Amino acid sequence: MAILETNGLGIQFGGLKAVDEFSIKVEKGQLYGLIGPNGAGKTTVFNLITGVYKPTSGTFSLGGEILNGLNPVQINRKGIARTFQNIRLFSKMTVLDNVKVGYASSIKYSMAESILRIGRYSKEEKNANERCMELLKVFDLDKEASMLASNLPYGKQRKLEIARAMATGPKLLLLDEPAAGMNPNETAELMNTIRFVRDNFDMTILLIEHDMKLVAGICEELTVLNFGQVLSQGETSKVLNDPKVITAYLGEDE
Amino acid sequence: MSSFLSYVLSGISLGSIYALIALGYTMVYGIAKMLNFAHGDVIMIGGYIVYTALSTYHFPVWISIISGMLSCIIIGVVIEKVAYKPLRNTSPLTVLITAIGVSYLLQNIALLIFGSAAKSFTSVVPKEWTIKTSFVTISGETIVTIVVTVIIMIALTLFVNKTKTGKAMRAVSEDKGAAQLMGINVNKTISITFAIGSGLAAVAAVLLCSTYPLLSPYTGAMPGIKAFTAAVFGGIGSIPGAMIGGIVLGLIECLSKAYISSQLSDAIVFAVLIIILLVKPTGLLGKKINEKV
Repeated sequence: MAILETNGLGIQFGGLKAVDEFSIKVEKGQLYGLIGPNGAGKTTVFNLITGVYKPTSGTFSLGGEILNGLNPVQINRKGIARTFQNIRLFSKMTVLDNVKVGYASSIKYSMAESILRIGRYSKEEKNANERCMELLKVFDLDKEASMLASNLPYGKQRKLEIARAMATGPKLLLLDEPAAGMNPNETAELMNTIRFVRDNFDMTILLIEHDMKLVAGICEELTVLNFGQVLSQGETSKVLNDPKVITAYLGEDE
Repeated sequence: MSSFLSYVLSGISLGSIYALIALGYTMVYGIAKMLNFAHGDVIMIGGYIVYTALSTYHFPVWISIISGMLSCIIIGVVIEKVAYKPLRNTSPLTVLITAIGVSYLLQNIALLIFGSAAKSFTSVVPKEWTIKTSFVTISGETIVTIVVTVIIMIALTLFVNKTKTGKAMRAVSEDKGAAQLMGINVNKTISITFAIGSGLAAVAAVLLCSTYPLLSPYTGAMPGIKAFTAAVFGGIGSIPGAMIGGIVLGLIECLSKAYISSQLSDAIVFAVLIIILLVKPTGLLGKKINEKV
């Protein structure tokens, strides 16, 4: 059964159809790639699915439940989490606190308990710390837990964004250009991390990427967007050899 | 020497009150990125509520203080919901002017209900709490103000750093959009910030009116401006900055009143602010913002 399904999803800004008739089905546990030239509307799709923009047409659903019209917080609680193309960590907070912000909705104590430090406060905080440290360990960030996020090296900041998104307890993880600005070694490591997250957390991952090595290496299925419309869709190897896709990326033969 | 010590203590005490008020300015600025100029008048309203509870209804002190705090919290949250929230995506200037409007509204409501004549506020601190030694006399108000402020500052620092709500507040102040996508309810977080700021304003009102027992509809205006100065002085948006800024400001004011001129003390306070901002435009603890090109 498809966990994420969009049906004719679209958004219009004035006269411009930024995304039009966007339909995909992402199966549970899949690593799905969304690619396309710059300005094709990939991030706009993410913004639609996470509730940042309201679609002007079509629907999208998670696990069969239609999520149109919900706000970003509600959609996050339903189980969609994301990272950002340009890193948006809470840079003045520690690495651990960044993850704990993501985990906050799972922490169960009232404000009164936290002010007076009674009741569930200590137990829940301890539990949250443990869970978040475990998560940091997965991303090999546990040694940097008390560092400020802004002091992390670039590759680790990207990883921390994934860890923070994972802390919200998603069913579907959206990665927006996770390898942007990474060197080949960091990219190779990132590919392992993404696979690890999928396998160990039983996660479904939809990612936007320009690095074709990463896309060809880990994505099982692809959708190619061009000028807001689906150009090609299907198994990775087939899509990457589709003449339409090659033309969109490289231009027509003279 | 003994008079110097008592000036310093009253400076710290006055500064503590400024710091409590400045916390409200700085937290709201940090999270909602707006200057809530009505904050000073929330203090005045808090003063009147506690005054009414104490003098008209003869409630016990602690019930009066709690009812003042609860009323201020409700007023603060309602002001945010009614006046500021609808303007959240407009230009900062629009919100600033609205805040000034709310400030005048509160002053005039107080004028209408309580009249323009100043009321004399009975101190909530018993006379016996004054410490008299051969060396120095410290009033009970000074002691209570300093102790209460220290407790509140410790509690607030722990709250902001060690609880999920505090973390949510810091996350929202850095990046509203990202916080929202991580499941943080931004509206609720902003409401909580206004609630905390207004609750502290009520405490500041009680301490202020106990030390300077005249209460009029304009009581909140000057301390409000000075506390705002303290927040800017310490680096607006920074909680420790507001604490330090408030206390430094109180000390400058009291010492210049004692040793230079009581008429010039306000001028000196603001002159120091101008100098600090010329040397360090982000305030004492403000972070330098690197402009991205």
